[in-house]
Amino acid sequence: MLDQGQDDSFVVFEHVQKSYDGKTLVVKDLNLNIGKGEFLTMLGPSGSGKTTCLMMLAGFETATHGDIRLDGKPINQVPPHKRGIGMVFQNYALFPHMTVGENLSFPLEVRGMGKAERETRIKRALDMVQMGQFANRRPAQLSGGQQQRIALARALVFDPKLVLMDEPLGALDKQLREHMQFEIKQLHEELGITVVYVTHDQGEALTMSDRVAVFNDGRIQQLAPPAALYERPENSFVAQFIGENNKLPGTIEQLNGDHALVKLATGEVIDATPVNITQVGQQTLVSIRPERVEFKPELMPAGAHMIDATVRDVIYMGDILRVRLHVAGSDDFVMKIRNTLGQTKLEPGQQIKVGWHPADARALDLT
Amino acid sequence: MANALDPHAAIATVATGETDGTLRTADGKPLARALARSQTRARRRAFLLVLPLLAFIMLTFVVPIGQMLQRSFYNDGFSAHMPQLSQWFADHPRGTDPDDAAWAALAADLSAAAEARTIGIVGTRINYDVPGTRSLFTSTGRKARGGIEPPYREALLEMNDDWASPRLWSAMREASTPLTTNFYLASLDRTRNDAGEIVQVQERQRVYVMLFMRTFWLSLLITALTFILGFPIAHLLATLPMRRSNLLMILVLLPFWTSLLVRTTSWMVLLQQQGVINDILVWLGLIGNGQRLQMIYNQTGTIIAMTHILLPFMILPLYSVMRTINPSYVRAARSLGATSWTAFRRVYFPQTLPGLGAGALLVFILAVGYYITPALVGGSSGQLISNMIAMHMTDTLNWSMAAALASLLLAAVLILYWLYDRLVGIDNLKLG
Repeated sequence: MLDQGQDDSFVVFEHVQKSYDGKTLVVKDLNLNIGKGEFLTMLGPSGSGKTTCLMMLAGFETATHGDIRLDGKPINQVPPHKRGIGMVFQNYALFPHMTVGENLSFPLEVRGMGKAERETRIKRALDMVQMGQFANRRPAQLSGGQQQRIALARALVFDPKLVLMDEPLGALDKQLREHMQFEIKQLHEELGITVVYVTHDQGEALTMSDRVAVFNDGRIQQLAPPAALYERPENSFVAQFIGENNKLPGTIEQLNGDHALVKLATGEVIDATPVNITQVGQQTLVSIRPERVEFKPELMPAGAHMIDATVRDVIYMGDILRVRLHVAGSDDFVMKIRNTLGQTKLEPGQQIKVGWHPADARALDLT
Repeated sequence: MANALDPHAAIATVATGETDGTLRTADGKPLARALARSQTRARRRAFLLVLPLLAFIMLTFVVPIGQMLQRSFYNDGFSAHMPQLSQWFADHPRGTDPDDAAWAALAADLSAAAEARTIGIVGTRINYDVPGTRSLFTSTGRKARGGIEPPYREALLEMNDDWASPRLWSAMREASTPLTTNFYLASLDRTRNDAGEIVQVQERQRVYVMLFMRTFWLSLLITALTFILGFPIAHLLATLPMRRSNLLMILVLLPFWTSLLVRTTSWMVLLQQQGVINDILVWLGLIGNGQRLQMIYNQTGTIIAMTHILLPFMILPLYSVMRTINPSYVRAARSLGATSWTAFRRVYFPQTLPGLGAGALLVFILAVGYYITPALVGGSSGQLISNMIAMHMTDTLNWSMAAALASLLLAAVLILYWLYDRLVGIDNLKLG
């Protein structure tokens, strides 16, 4: 499912641009291929163009330039109701004047389906989301999580090949959200449908997706499976946007294939892996995940540099301890250590040395 | 919280013990009584707060209107001032020819009323039922001042032989009790013949039923027109960007801030035969100078002017409902496979019904009672029932008749309101 072969691409964006006012581009040259059966998430801050892309795919916005193809056919000129795409909205958009059953019946009725078949399909769709007994309720009588399931069932009842979801879990509380993430993921796998999912919640993106497209400023910053996105961010925006991150500014001292020495502003030298670095002397931002920072020399790879650090405070978070350090002029350097039996106790003011595997320190460009 | 007067204290200190089946507070009082007492002060204070408004409404609304409506079935203009004759009518059943005692009573009452200068009131009352009889009473009264000599029948017939008219006696019998249904009968173009049976009035006098029909028909038409014109505007208001929708809103409200008379007069300027629209049509050559259209001082004028004046009452409730309809509903319908027309018909329009119901009810009820615009631009074919009510109030001074017409109008509107409640449900109404 992760192969990005051009041949079996189900949805294709080709040089798509979108402008609302004729002056600025909201989407700048988008190229994206989505494979059949893939769960692709568009992740990004608000205003990054992700929702616009989804709306163009659904047919509620027209692309100013470029082609969008669905199953090989260009759909730029196809009105939304002929695209056959299921969609789940942020506020569910269940029709308040219809019962749950009528809501589900709506897409089947407009397709001219007979009564008997409609009923079979409605029952199947409701059972799929474990809402079989609720067909006669009104949406207002359901809880948020139940409405979410009905919205899902309605988007799936007419067997679309592609389902779009626009921040569908945004209104739910944390526990329910995590439960629904699991259920959506499971439905996706059972039904073999293609899902394009829009969210600004990186946790959601990482747990559910086959691939994540990180949007910022109208462009895809990185398109990768969740693990790659988290561990190998390709630029500083992605590094900062996904997960927690320590940033150390510096200059490239040595560049040697996939290994670089970076001289920090305070003079220390650290090891890093160059990502989008081209030459010695370039300004860089080294990004290190807090959980990859080590303070015990025996856990460090041979020859790795270690630098001085002062413990500022230790926050107890249950499963982990979050240690805030003063490192190389930065006051906000965070190290996460597991709360294991016999873990070394760190006290504020304590002098330690920290280091990391060079592969975990990624030297990125400044922007 | 220890303060016994604190209403919350009584509730908060409910004892868990339940000795004789009733819950008690911590100090042993029955819970229900403690609760009632703790709420009494709050209730009394709430009542005192609404008291001024309640008194105001009673004094300025309920009492005067109630009194006015009472006149529609209670008129003692005859019975109070002609006591002896009224008594004779009470003692003798319908169909009895007036005997000597009746003539004597009539003569005595006429003299007394003439002395007391109440003969005009009596004449006016009978004049409602038998037009042209007021002068009979006043002229006889002038001659009868100082008493009438027997034989009374001959003496009165000597003064005016109209006194023998069976219709007059029938009318006096009707008026001899203050409670009467005659005004309602008249409002429905019915009257009592000499034998006291309810019959239709002569064909050329039948106006009220036709006017009621016309009022309801025109109100319905105007409601439909405001809906057709107002729905797209309300939709625009609800969907346009803020700045432009505010501008449009001002345009919608502008007529509200203009005097009704100014608005109506401007319609006169536009619609009259030498008016702006006719001039333009002639100038464009669409009609000849001799074929200028009659668009005002008839039903057309009433319809145009009232539709314009009542339009905001349709737009505003519709707008307030449409603003709350999330655009994602229509998008959802479209993504589910509905054409834009189906999405409108099955998803958008049903959600505007509460606003449409409120707007239609407002416009219809206002239109049914509308008076000034039809009076100014309606001509004779554009008059509504309220113009009749106004005429009876100010010209003929037959307030009982005005009250009866108004009561019928009120009853009809209440019936329609009840029907609306049965069909649509009044809780489905959203006024803003």
